[in-house]
Amino acid sequence: MFEPLTLGGLIARHGAGEREISTRDHRLRLADFAALSPFGPERARLAGRSVVLAVGDMAKAAAALIDLDGLARRIFLVPPGFAPDHLAQAAERLEADALVYEDVPPFAAEVALTVTLPMRPRGESFPMRATEWALPTSGTSGPPKLAIHTLQTLAGALGPTPHQEWATFYDVRRYGGLQIFLRALAGSGSLRVAGQHEPMDSFLARIGALGVTHVTGTPTHWRKALIAGAAQRIAPQYVRLSGEIADDSALSGLAAAFPGARVEHAYASTEAGVVFGVTDGRSGFPADWLTRKGEVEMRLVEGALQVRSARRALRLIGADGPLVDEDGFLDTGDMVEIRGGRCYFQGRRGGIINVGGAKVHPEVVEAVLNALPGVRVARVFARANPIMGALVAAEIVLDEPGLASREREREIVSAARAQLPPHMAPARVAFVAELPMTSAGKLKRHG
Amino acid sequence: MSTIEKMSIRETVLAEIRAVAAGQDKSLPSLTDDMVLLESGLDSLCFAILVSRLEDETGRDPFAAARASDFPRTLGELVKFYEPAHV
Repeated sequence: MFEPLTLGGLIARHGAGEREISTRDHRLRLADFAALSPFGPERARLAGRSVVLAVGDMAKAAAALIDLDGLARRIFLVPPGFAPDHLAQAAERLEADALVYEDVPPFAAEVALTVTLPMRPRGESFPMRATEWALPTSGTSGPPKLAIHTLQTLAGALGPTPHQEWATFYDVRRYGGLQIFLRALAGSGSLRVAGQHEPMDSFLARIGALGVTHVTGTPTHWRKALIAGAAQRIAPQYVRLSGEIADDSALSGLAAAFPGARVEHAYASTEAGVVFGVTDGRSGFPADWLTRKGEVEMRLVEGALQVRSARRALRLIGADGPLVDEDGFLDTGDMVEIRGGRCYFQGRRGGIINVGGAKVHPEVVEAVLNALPGVRVARVFARANPIMGALVAAEIVLDEPGLASREREREIVSAARAQLPPHMAPARVAFVAELPMTSAGKLKRHG
Repeated sequence: MSTIEKMSIRETVLAEIRAVAAGQDKSLPSLTDDMVLLESGLDSLCFAILVSRLEDETGRDPFAAARASDFPRTLGELVKFYEPAHV
């Protein structure tokens, strides 16, 4: 008989043993899911339903996800910070007929249940089905599009691995964190994630004491972690970055903080799935990967990376056009430039600053600024200008904020001009105490 | 309007022109009122940067509200452009 891939099946690969998923406040023992449920016997009411999973606590969301996969017809995994205005619309598009919530139900549903920990005996069993997972795509404004996956597209490519004790700065309810959640379940170790509003330094101390070996986050997460003393608090064998462009200063900073650790930057998106990981310590990826054949293939069309992959979403709900073109390629919207046999990410197509007709990717300028001595992190954005349409402007956090001055601005602009064409160097630099991060752990962009 | 304010706007404009020229490695002729801006050695990017810097300094961007045909041609006209009376 056909057995669909389920989270229970992933866990069973290495056995549940003493493995767990833990936050600061909760410990989920994987072995418990054989007999217990965060819904208790009420879980029967969710069988075969299209369920909106809108739970604030990450441990509760993870418990519900493990319990619902294979039971529900579809799960809409609502990430933290998802606009409440869009929730009911998304639920309607997904033909949702059940809601799992925490405190106050965000809309009325035929079946509405809360998640409770510790888990309780779950009652009758149901035949397993291949559950569809709906994940909102990130990065654009307006009503979100929903990428439809199955566990096969999300985790089908995960093979056997040596023992790994995972921790992630991500939220498991977004594609990046979900990948780590799946890797942890398919592996032989545990997963540690941050509690709600848990400060970075206490999270690092907690996971350091638990002996984590594999730690993942965005470059922005990692910058924050290094400032919070990650080098002293954790000793990972493997460090993974994804979700933003990993520039050379980010990679060399991690290599210096964790000598001996393998540093990998990965490229993935909710729509395209995991595309590749780069382990040679350099930013970008080898240009000959564009001609590789196999499960994941890539090509450049007008500078934009397109991907053909078995790991992509099956379809996209709420999009104007089809997810892939007639050749099966998906347009990522990520712009790539080839220099010296290597592909470098330039930024998003929609993020381009148009300076009098010349195109500037903020991320390219940021990489130059981030590598300047004394610069902790930079954010580059368009500043409207009546002469050129827009100019490049930057906000910079200095290693020593007390050194901010007009003279320092002049030095930084001059150093940037030495490496960049005149229109790409920032016209103005403002010094700020910190730069905001989105709930997805990425540098927050203007507009 | 007092003479002092007029002076300070003129001084601000001159200081910012010098700052932009220095930052962009441009040499300037002597800055007189009849100097034609596009013949001053500053290209359009320099000029765009100057306008943004002057907006930061004066809190005003008279270019945003003006038609291109009304843009100042000379240094004297540029100074006048930023004087509050212009708006």
